[in-house]
Amino acid sequence: MPRTERHGISPDGRVRVVDVEIPNDVRYIERVVELVRRECRVMAYGERQLMLNVPVALTEALSNAILRGNGDDPAKHVHVHAEVGAERLVVEVGDEGAGFDLEASLIDPTTPENLGREDGRGLFLMRKLMDRVERLAAPRGSVVRMTLHRE
Amino acid sequence: MSFSVKKEGEVVVVDVEGQLIVGNRQELKQKVLDELERGEKKFLIDFSQTGYIDSSGLGVLVSLSKKIREQGGELRLANLNDDLKTLFELTKLDTLFQIADTRERALQSF
Repeated sequence: MPRTERHGISPDGRVRVVDVEIPNDVRYIERVVELVRRECRVMAYGERQLMLNVPVALTEALSNAILRGNGDDPAKHVHVHAEVGAERLVVEVGDEGAGFDLEASLIDPTTPENLGREDGRGLFLMRKLMDRVERLAAPRGSVVRMTLHRE
Repeated sequence: MSFSVKKEGEVVVVDVEGQLIVGNRQELKQKVLDELERGEKKFLIDFSQTGYIDSSGLGVLVSLSKKIREQGGELRLANLNDDLKTLFELTKLDTLFQIADTRERALQSF
């Protein structure tokens, strides 16, 4: 079970909030994706966003945090804070590691020389499937914020 | 999420039920590699019951495709829904794999 889990609606009633902290284990990814996707469905996000953009980009961000940011260390945790509004979804995924440089990870996996690679598509997909992907300064660890405007 | 493996004629058919993501990709890889080790050459992965696929799932498909080819075999994919098609198009993996609209067409294409 996630260590902490909160759902709610913002005081003005316009934003649905998911706030969850999970152990550093990839088996928790689907559960978190479902929590966020459920709120997006309530807010009538587009079917493609529910089936492709949100689940795939969030899975990528979570697996980056668990495997890279936290170095697959079972003692660490990942924090997810999602605000699902009528205009946009803003989801932040925070880990306890040093993070990675988003700008330095600009490999294009679609070029002929990279197409046969097994890795290198995660950040590419996050950028393609979200309107904005940014890394935020955090007091400890690293936070990636993704924004998607509702269709 | 699970993977079911069955034989249809000479073809090993794998159905991906649920997601193909970082948490379960190794299971798919191992199931296909076990069949390859047994001498199977023709593989079809059917996505008609699949939700979403992440980059590690795509990576496993690329890896399996290579390993099957190295053994002189063939891998085909079938039944990608529109969202999965978009995923393959975004990553240009639609150019790397042979993708059929239906299971029947994929089976006939071997």
